[in-house]
Amino acid sequence: MSLTSVTAAQIGAGGSALRRRLFDYLGWGLCGLAFFLLGSATVWILVVVFLRGLSALTPAVLTQVTVGYGGGLLNAIEGTVVLAVGGILLAIPPGLAAGIYLSEFGQGRLAPVIRFLVDVLVGVPSIVIGYFGYVTMVVDLGWQFSVAAGSVALAIIALPYICRTSEMALRQVPRNMREGAYALGAGDGRVALGICVPMALPAILTGILLALAIAVGETAPLIYTAGWSNYLWTGHLIKEPIGYLTYAIWAFITEPFSGAHALAYAAAFFVTLFVLLISIFARLALDENMFWRRRNRR
Amino acid sequence: MNFRRLTALLAIVAAGTLVVIVAFLMIYAWPAVRLNGLGFLWQNTWNLGSLYADPITFHGQQILPGAHYGILFLIVGTLLSTLIALLIAVPVGVGSAMFLAEGVPHFLRSWVSFFVELLAAIPSVVYGLWGYVVVIPFLGHHVFPFMVKWLGFIPFFGGPSGSGYGLLTAGFVLFLMIVPLITATLRDALVSQPVFLREGAVALGASRFETLRTVLLPATRRVLIGSSILATGRALGETMAVLMVSGNALNYLPGNIYTPISTMASFIVSQLDSALEDPTGMAVRSLAEVALVLCVISIIVNGFARVLLYYEGRQTKAA
Repeated sequence: MSLTSVTAAQIGAGGSALRRRLFDYLGWGLCGLAFFLLGSATVWILVVVFLRGLSALTPAVLTQVTVGYGGGLLNAIEGTVVLAVGGILLAIPPGLAAGIYLSEFGQGRLAPVIRFLVDVLVGVPSIVIGYFGYVTMVVDLGWQFSVAAGSVALAIIALPYICRTSEMALRQVPRNMREGAYALGAGDGRVALGICVPMALPAILTGILLALAIAVGETAPLIYTAGWSNYLWTGHLIKEPIGYLTYAIWAFITEPFSGAHALAYAAAFFVTLFVLLISIFARLALDENMFWRRRNRR
Repeated sequence: MNFRRLTALLAIVAAGTLVVIVAFLMIYAWPAVRLNGLGFLWQNTWNLGSLYADPITFHGQQILPGAHYGILFLIVGTLLSTLIALLIAVPVGVGSAMFLAEGVPHFLRSWVSFFVELLAAIPSVVYGLWGYVVVIPFLGHHVFPFMVKWLGFIPFFGGPSGSGYGLLTAGFVLFLMIVPLITATLRDALVSQPVFLREGAVALGASRFETLRTVLLPATRRVLIGSSILATGRALGETMAVLMVSGNALNYLPGNIYTPISTMASFIVSQLDSALEDPTGMAVRSLAEVALVLCVISIIVNGFARVLLYYEGRQTKAA
């Protein structure tokens, strides 16, 4: 395959020096402007969320449950933790197993199909998964709005991410590690779970953390599976709705009360802070990982 | 069962989720699909019928008198808001990817890129909050009247500037949500182009920017197309942010770019409560049909992008 073929004339090397220099400046200027636009949008969003969120924080937000449009967010914080952790725990076994299969044993015809389906599953809109959960679990199975339905919906969202990040992580494990283990007589399970997964564990955990951040930030799949509740969770898996932070953001900001707005800002603060911290941590872990790999190659 | 088989089985379960989702939506929506026919896609009425009348039997289905389901306005709203988002996101994404790949010192690149890619990590509902509280008043009071005044001669840019809720606002918020996808993918592709391409261009007398524009960028064309299609898929299915800034129009097509719209995804959230009022259940099933249409569209779009990127990956490895 020919990559590209260009002539000196196409590159512009034939034009006048002044014109070329002007075009260079103009081009870099436009590219810088595009970057500046995105960077300032990031800053704008974060500043709005953090400033308004911080000014809305009171001890009551953390210690009380929601009462009408006031009170606190204790029920929502608890619910977000329960739903997100539940969803991730449900997604880890099939996600990790699929990752192991794709990376270790996926030489046949099945693997490309699975990889394709999982990649497409990433792109299925979260509201579609929410509606699927509503139709199957809330209505057909009669679970009603519940922790179980919400967690399963979040698990479907998290599953493809965990699968693909685990696969990528396991692929980084050097081949000779596997060969050594097999040569010593270890079986498939021993090699995968005893050698490859522990070696790739930092990267796998990073992927799981990123999936957790996505689960914490999701709203659409939960609205019609988890519902909303002003009370603390009493431990029932089905037939008991549960609150969560992203619902508070959406539902309370559109109410005409300043107390409701304060709760929405506080909820947005918690969710964004959590997602931000995980993203930064993941990036640090990734950098360290690359450092580790570079050092080992030498 | 041996370990290999077990992981294969669980992998099939993971991948099969997609099939199960489509199958169950189809089963649930089937009565609505039969009732609504193809007109569902190009008629412009979403009408639950008379909620207080007795259900009538129509083509063997129980429905409310006057009930009619057509989602043309949703399809138009979804496609137009995605189109606007894409029209802004592609040039801005390419520009910022070029800047990040070649315009930033090496040791800074990873963290500066991270800063832009944070846009992808911010949850949809936080975009919605920001859009609702900050962007809508800003655009509605300051930018849109200004645009009507100075750009009004362009078709669809004139006319009433509205309140800030609408097509352009939704497109703008969607643009910010999808642009990191394009920027990150393209930046990686630009950085990983073989050195001999750069060397060749420099040997022909190209400056740094000319190398980037005439050699490196064309070489990554397919990555740009693939990531733009992936970004399209994400924009088509975005729910919460669009729900909070689009104005949630019902049954009319936008007259200009400031008009309120609805998208398929946001409509499902905003309408389920009222659809549940329908005792025959046909409204809920028709919403399931909306979800099904959305799901099929996103599967086609994402599948196409994955195939494209897959072939690109194979060729890069071969080269």
